[in-house]
Amino acid sequence: MERTEAELIAAVRQGDAASFEPLVRRYSPRVFATARRYARRESEVEDIVQEVWMKAYQKLPGFRGEAPFEHWLMRLTVRTCYDFLRAHQRNREASFSELSEGESDWLERFAKEPVGNPEDAEAARQLVERILEQLSPPARLVITLLEIEERSVKEISRLTGWSVPLVKVRAFRARAEMRKVLRRLAREKYL
Amino acid sequence: MNLLELERKLLAAARRFTPSDCVPYAFEQRVMAALRGRPAVDLCAVWARGLWRAAAPCVGVMLLLAAWSVFAPAQSAPASNLSQELENAVLAAATPEPLADLTW
Repeated sequence: MERTEAELIAAVRQGDAASFEPLVRRYSPRVFATARRYARRESEVEDIVQEVWMKAYQKLPGFRGEAPFEHWLMRLTVRTCYDFLRAHQRNREASFSELSEGESDWLERFAKEPVGNPEDAEAARQLVERILEQLSPPARLVITLLEIEERSVKEISRLTGWSVPLVKVRAFRARAEMRKVLRRLAREKYL
Repeated sequence: MNLLELERKLLAAARRFTPSDCVPYAFEQRVMAALRGRPAVDLCAVWARGLWRAAAPCVGVMLLLAAWSVFAPAQSAPASNLSQELENAVLAAATPEPLADLTW
């Protein structure tokens, strides 16, 4: 008979490390999907997810069970992704001269006909990924949570541990930062 | 170029994309192996490491104070011996006044 989540957590807290494995198996897909929003290389994604599980194991004794385990784990995941972004700020202020052919085509088509350009093009997705990489870690996190995942300010506050006013301030700054990057892109590509 | 429209389109494109949730083969075993391989926290070792780290700054401070005590300019000599002054103050009440000063 399959044990419930509460039973597994209680067993791990009592020192049965093997009971942690079913939790890892059950929730890894969600953790991987979240980590893939912040890291491009698969090796980096795996490192983030492993770090999340190591932290979860370490901090499990502090889990009071007031909120569902999944929510607690997602908070841990978002904070680990943020730590990853802060530790890997290498691509910021990179030039847009290395855009792929598809990305350049998409931009040129957009410049000629802004309304008709398809939003679901793979090139657009790669371009937005490139732009997000040039944002500061808090800006990237806020844009991803607020604009891409369409979460509320309250939810972001819970996930990040930032206060609601701080989320609002960071969202405002993130939008300004993103517009600055877009202006630079337009200038460099002569659009 | 309409930057607001460009921003809207790019964010819309990002929204349509859902990252894959596929998990590499035997990933949970990798996590469990990492957990088992994690060294247990040895409190004595942590304490000893802290002591060793604190030793260098302590030696530095000690050397600075020693140098200061050796090379600091000597203050002018006190007017009288401190221990003698203390003794006089404490024993002042017990010291009998000279008989010659007594008046009748």
